[in-house]
Amino acid sequence: MIYFDNAATTMMKPPEVAEAVARAIGTFGGAGRGAHAASLDAGVTVLAARRCLSELLGGPGPEQVAFTGNATESLNGAICGLLQRGDHAVTTAASHNSVLRPLFRLQDAGAIDVAVVPVDAKGALDYEAFDAAFRADTRVAVVTHASNLTGDVYDIARMAEIAHSHDALIVVDAAQTVGLVPIDVASQRLDVVCFTGHKSLFGPQGTGGLCVAKGVEVAPFTVGGSGTHSFDRVHPRSMPERLEAGTLNAHGIAGLLVGADYVLSRGVREILLETQALARRFREGVRAVPGVTVYGGGEKGPHASERVRWPGGGASDGGPNAGEAERGIAIVALNVGEVDSSIVADMLGADYGICVRAGAHCAPLMHRALGTDRQGAVRFSFSHFNTPDQVDAGIAAIAEIAGRVL
Amino acid sequence: MRQRTIKTVVTFSTNSDALAMEAVAREYAVPGRIIPVPSDIDAGCGLAWCVSADDRATLMQALAHHALAYEGVFETMLY
Repeated sequence: MIYFDNAATTMMKPPEVAEAVARAIGTFGGAGRGAHAASLDAGVTVLAARRCLSELLGGPGPEQVAFTGNATESLNGAICGLLQRGDHAVTTAASHNSVLRPLFRLQDAGAIDVAVVPVDAKGALDYEAFDAAFRADTRVAVVTHASNLTGDVYDIARMAEIAHSHDALIVVDAAQTVGLVPIDVASQRLDVVCFTGHKSLFGPQGTGGLCVAKGVEVAPFTVGGSGTHSFDRVHPRSMPERLEAGTLNAHGIAGLLVGADYVLSRGVREILLETQALARRFREGVRAVPGVTVYGGGEKGPHASERVRWPGGGASDGGPNAGEAERGIAIVALNVGEVDSSIVADMLGADYGICVRAGAHCAPLMHRALGTDRQGAVRFSFSHFNTPDQVDAGIAAIAEIAGRVL
Repeated sequence: MRQRTIKTVVTFSTNSDALAMEAVAREYAVPGRIIPVPSDIDAGCGLAWCVSADDRATLMQALAHHALAYEGVFETMLY
């Protein structure tokens, strides 16, 4: 099997991740639920994971990192916890349904108004249009850091600057980028960063969280057991307990800690460059196949969304990391002629043992912008654990399939 | 190399229903396999069960016998 569905979840992980989960299941009590050794073992591990995530995200400290089950839960929590009745919110057509559906649900209930800033036929965002979408009553902009369909990276620092100039907050969906693209909550002035643990952090499924800047108060989506202040009628207001009602998935978080540590030890930029090289090799290979269309514009052309500034200095338009930012993350979405993407994905899986994702990728507005809402797209997403030989096998498979169906 | 032929495709309301089908098929050797839902049936993603049209009757018997929930049954050309 060749696994190229890493934007859905990474399957190949450092072996220490599973070992940590197995060890935790056999030894952990409930984190923050007792003073005995088993509870403390869990609590210390969760705290270490908060520290690790805060370091990875340039966050304000471990107490500002709250764990959830996944990025969708984090985004729902941030959206519902920041928006109030009568507010206006801004998002972009690059957003995943984990952003769109919570916003649309509030809008359909008559609670808020939503502006969706379009992207062009290559997925590029017009930042002036983004700026123009804000109103006096805009409380929050919820934006994706990188499209889960094209891999194009958007300039979250610039969007934060725009949001703050309108006295609005910025919530970032970093599901595709945390551990893969440098993020710095402090220097990029991000208010909330929502992440998942099971993709580029190599943690187990069922782990995720959000990093909240100090001074930003997200009302809890769920309230209940907190392990403290049990006689109070209301849930604690202090972070991270504020956003963590109920028993944490400490077993999963133990694995997440090991995965995130692995990323830190390897280096986010190094992993990005490695995976970008795989994606570039694949993109160049499949572009040479007659009839294959590759989507997105993250690596060429005068698109505003390519001029991405990286935290800590450097920009794609002249800084020390020039060029690095222009390629986006290691996702390549394609189609073979007019053939249904699900058919191509099925051939890849059944005949070549290559795992990819077809269809709409929970990104309906991006597909409409690209004109692929009927055909869908075949998404290849590469990880640190893929190899050039696997990429070449993917190219050969697409060439063979194109020869058969076109 | 597979040829494009008429297939019977069963769709499901939920992924859980599709996976219940997969679980039964693994245990009782029901013909066919899971595929992504072809977009001419539904562009909104999801999983479907695909068999050769010749196996349609066997499949329908298995669905009924194991009380498996499904949404629709389609005939379509697939590889």
